[in-house]
Amino acid sequence: MTIHGLLGRKLGMTTVFSERGEAIPVTVIEAGPNHVLNIRTKDRDGYEAVQIGFGDTNPRKLTKPVLGQMKGAGVAVRYMREMSADDVSEHNVGDTLDVDLFNADDLVDVTGTSKGKGFAGVMKRHGFKGGKRTHGQSDRMRAPGSLGAGTTPGKVWKGKRMAGRMGNDRKTIQRLRVVRIDGERHLLLIKGSVPGAKNGLVYVRRTVKPKK
Amino acid sequence: MANLLQEIVKDQLRTDVPEFGVGDTVRVSVRVVEGERERLQDFEGIVIRRRAGGINENFTVRRIGAHGIGVERTFLLHSPRVETIKLVRRGKVRRAKLYYLRNLSGKAARIKERRY
Repeated sequence: MTIHGLLGRKLGMTTVFSERGEAIPVTVIEAGPNHVLNIRTKDRDGYEAVQIGFGDTNPRKLTKPVLGQMKGAGVAVRYMREMSADDVSEHNVGDTLDVDLFNADDLVDVTGTSKGKGFAGVMKRHGFKGGKRTHGQSDRMRAPGSLGAGTTPGKVWKGKRMAGRMGNDRKTIQRLRVVRIDGERHLLLIKGSVPGAKNGLVYVRRTVKPKK
Repeated sequence: MANLLQEIVKDQLRTDVPEFGVGDTVRVSVRVVEGERERLQDFEGIVIRRRAGGINENFTVRRIGAHGIGVERTFLLHSPRVETIKLVRRGKVRRAKLYYLRNLSGKAARIKERRY
């Protein structure tokens, strides 16, 4: 295992039972086949990475410059991303990467774009407690409360948590366990939830925190 | 893609589920894991609800335990921990969820048997 991860598509969540009969909530990710499109090398690019592509698409929908990037592998893909690797020389342009990169019980980090929540208040966005519901309160139930002290400092501190746009951010969930792998259908079953909506692009990477 | 999700869990669905519904009396044998040991435990009572679908389908059984205290247990229909489900008696009810039984006791909490 040298490349650190794969690109995939979140299909949704379901439940599987373990051998001991426990119900495990899993996210199903269709990962791969990923195609190696280009190799970034220290000499030429100043850093090392493997550029991989994922997802079927109509080549006529792509521009010629983009298609040129995929020429070496001879495929047309929807997503093109770079992934780090232990040793890029182990990969060649045109190679196919599959879910067998991972094994059951591996720990992985999954990155995706979280669902957009729109303009959200402080309770939803930052977990504020809101105000009292009783004792003569009005319009205070979901209010943020005080924004800070008075004349000193005489301003609201930068970074003060307030209402605003929430979600649609790149989020990574670390240390999720791979429960099962279906090589035939290119599926990874990963315990727990994963950022993003169904059909969203996710990165499944070997975890950066292998030990606790 | 919902179909693919269903297909993944298809082989985990049990096929030996007897036809039973809300109001019926059932006996459920559950595998109880105690450390290393495993044993079967029966739980018999009235089905007061059956909800969700697919692999997450579950049902709740209500039984009057010791000292007249009502005990409810919810089982995952397809869980391997549920060994068998036996239909004991069919009940005639006019509700999909029998939550009203919680407020009744004794004779009032009986359910008429359904006969054909």
